[in-house]
Amino acid sequence: MARGGYEDLPRLMAAMTGDEKHAEAAASTLDVLWVLYDQVLRVTPEMAADRDRCYLSKGHGPQAYYAVLAAKGFLDAGELEMFGAFRSPLGHHPDRVLVPGVEISSGSLGHGLPLAVGTALGLRARGVTSNVWVLLGDGELDEGSNFEAIAYAGRTGLERLHVVVIDNHSASHGWPGGLETRFAVEGWSTERVVGVDHAKLAAACTAPHPGRPRLVVAEVEPTFPDLH
Amino acid sequence: MAGIMRERFAEVATELLDTNERLAVLTADLSAKLFDRARARHPERVLNLGIREQLLISVAGGMALAGMRPIAHSFAPFLVERPFEQIKLDLNHQAVGAVLVSAGASYDIASGGRTHQSPGDVALLSTLPGWTIHVPGHADEAEAMLRAAAASDDPVYLRLSNQTNERPYGTGFRVLRTGEAGTVVAVGPLADPVLAATEGLPVTVVYASTVRPFDRAALRAAVAGQEHPAVVLVEPYLAGTSAQEVGEALRDRPHRVLGLGVAREELRNYGTPRQHAIAHGLGSAGLRRSIVSFLAGTRAA
Repeated sequence: MARGGYEDLPRLMAAMTGDEKHAEAAASTLDVLWVLYDQVLRVTPEMAADRDRCYLSKGHGPQAYYAVLAAKGFLDAGELEMFGAFRSPLGHHPDRVLVPGVEISSGSLGHGLPLAVGTALGLRARGVTSNVWVLLGDGELDEGSNFEAIAYAGRTGLERLHVVVIDNHSASHGWPGGLETRFAVEGWSTERVVGVDHAKLAAACTAPHPGRPRLVVAEVEPTFPDLH
Repeated sequence: MAGIMRERFAEVATELLDTNERLAVLTADLSAKLFDRARARHPERVLNLGIREQLLISVAGGMALAGMRPIAHSFAPFLVERPFEQIKLDLNHQAVGAVLVSAGASYDIASGGRTHQSPGDVALLSTLPGWTIHVPGHADEAEAMLRAAAASDDPVYLRLSNQTNERPYGTGFRVLRTGEAGTVVAVGPLADPVLAATEGLPVTVVYASTVRPFDRAALRAAVAGQEHPAVVLVEPYLAGTSAQEVGEALRDRPHRVLGLGVAREELRNYGTPRQHAIAHGLGSAGLRRSIVSFLAGTRAA
């Protein structure tokens, strides 16, 4: 399959139409997803057993995700035009059973991080040294299930677990003091960076954090709340 | 104190962990002590997550995605009802399986009240595709079911109870007694009360310890000699949970069906499991009254 670069992403995203309510969620995740797939994750379309896993937890606005997967050769760019159609594998929330490269089926908020904790524990038990990454939104942190996972992963020092939270300040009641304080108090290594600066994102995502899980907060421009 | 089935579960799971390196056992504080020895031997595969039942199911799903075979255990309301969306999405929708082993059943924890009872667990799981649902009536049956479940990758629910039959009747559907006047399907621990209730009545008694998939062919065979099949389902959880299965099994045969089991209304009583069984009409006298009246074509008072 043809590969593409960052400059191809706008064209790939334009191939998908509709789903306007999630368009901003898609745009806000584009840079982070690109940096992860381009510079951080050890994963190829062959999907080796010891690949790094990336779980798109929020599942909303998957156009950026599909565009990045197409640019990296996981899925055929020709599929993008059928986005959301009955027989298309590309729904408005991604399905791992249908889309090559998609690791979890998501859309209901608050499932990706707890699933990733399980995968990190499972890989560790099997002696596989893969990293597990989860992409969340700051609004998604409203879901209490995340906090069961944040506390357990932090206190058990699950160092193969990595979270990127896209912070566009969309949580209805906010996170006074910064959302990262909720992770830090449980023992996570945390850093906040500008979410469109690829070099800073890549540096934050590859910084060492021995014995602790890692949180990177990607700060992006506030948008209207992503009501769903 | 843990019941006989739950103790057997811990014993057998502990043994299986030694030989099956894909196997993991997850708890959320409840019963965690029963796995102390296993946890010491396999600290990365026997995990107590604390009182976090949403995480319990999600971690099972995430481990299955990593190629493990997780067994998740808690009391039925906290294993099935509280994290039900996690079961639907983090297991079924991800297309992975796990073994969910519950304790407490419908009213084992009679004095605990409504918070510790979940007679709707089997009905809830029946809304999802692919689940094998075991309702063993004896620790030997539970052990065989656990061993089979650990060796597969399918979604399996194993519903343990402190209520048990005197002896094991086997797995699947088994005909325990034959008669022409009707068929009584006795599920799991209600086999002995049903046998006592139908003593001297000309009815077929079928024992069922696995209710999903429901063995429709076995039921059809059991009613084959009856001109107008009359089927009484006796289930130790929400009454009528398998009535639709009976309807599907006998869709081409005019038939009558009565679903006996735990009532939908809360009792708001405490006491003992036996008192709860009697209150739900699941003691042998209550069962006999309902069965005789149904076979006679009248409504029980």
